[in-house]
Amino acid sequence: MTVVERREIALVDLLDRLLAGGVVITGDITLRIADVDLVRIDLNALISSVGRGVPALWEEPRDEVTS
Amino acid sequence: MTAMTGLRYVYAICRPFEAALQSQLTGVAGAPPGLLRHHGLVAVVSTVPERDFAEEPLRAHLEDLDWLTDTARAHQGVIDALTTVTTPLPLRLATVFRDDSGVRVMMETGEAGFRRTLDRLDGRVEWGVKVHLDPVREPETVEDEPTDAASPESRPTSGRDYLRRRRQRVRSDEDRWRQAEEFASRLHTALSGHAEEARLHAPQNSTLSGVPGQNVLNAAYLVPRAESEEFVELVDRTKDDVLGVPGVSGIRVELTGPWAAYSFTGELSGEER
Repeated sequence: MTVVERREIALVDLLDRLLAGGVVITGDITLRIADVDLVRIDLNALISSVGRGVPALWEEPRDEVTS
Repeated sequence: MTAMTGLRYVYAICRPFEAALQSQLTGVAGAPPGLLRHHGLVAVVSTVPERDFAEEPLRAHLEDLDWLTDTARAHQGVIDALTTVTTPLPLRLATVFRDDSGVRVMMETGEAGFRRTLDRLDGRVEWGVKVHLDPVREPETVEDEPTDAASPESRPTSGRDYLRRRRQRVRSDEDRWRQAEEFASRLHTALSGHAEEARLHAPQNSTLSGVPGQNVLNAAYLVPRAESEEFVELVDRTKDDVLGVPGVSGIRVELTGPWAAYSFTGELSGEER
């Protein structure tokens, strides 16, 4: 094996990180990904972990900035 | 960021960095990402159209796998470019603000946490390690059996015999699964010992990953960039180890990375609340 196997990143690996990782900020518009009804069956299976307790770093209250 | 039309999509928070981003780089809606400095931190943002990223359309889009794929890849492209010049703190996919002032407020509100997390992640990367167990080959019944040679070895001679064989097969599946789990658990322990932090993701669905069989381990490890080569070699060695385990077949180890530390951004949740 070479040090890094370079091939296109698999979507599942990417979604593991982008939908279950990264800092969660409740912004002006940001949805909590967990609140979104991920209708596609495969997608539900994929991110079954996301539904339970998304770690929220900073809680929102900051409505005054927006309309 | 001067244009006031559209919304602001934020990819990451970083400490200020010198190097320029690649000039060809485009963000999630095709616009080039820019830097918004505030309070000694930098937000990496790009402008996205309201028709796609306002709450309602965004909600609908996130249910669309094709849209999600394009967006995730573009998001990753920006984060990947950032990792060549700094250690970014990646934000969750689709973090959108109305305008720059909304982004600044977010940066102020989260400042202490951002700084702590950036310190913790500085110079680290994430490696993904997965263990798969291949499906068993379909049983022997039909294969190269001469049709008339009803050999007692290969064909059940009675209902009881049939059940006995079936139980054996189930038992051997369970054995394989158990062996794979034990291997995965040993591997995880060993790799955790060489990582600063470890995180287990949910096993991947085989339909979506396109990998047949079962995903036994789906883990992420936070490793100093300088120790990455060592870590990769360690994974490589364990890969060889598994091939030497007698009686275990069909276990595969897969390595991905280096990633930005996506899986290690959320540790402060307890303190922050």
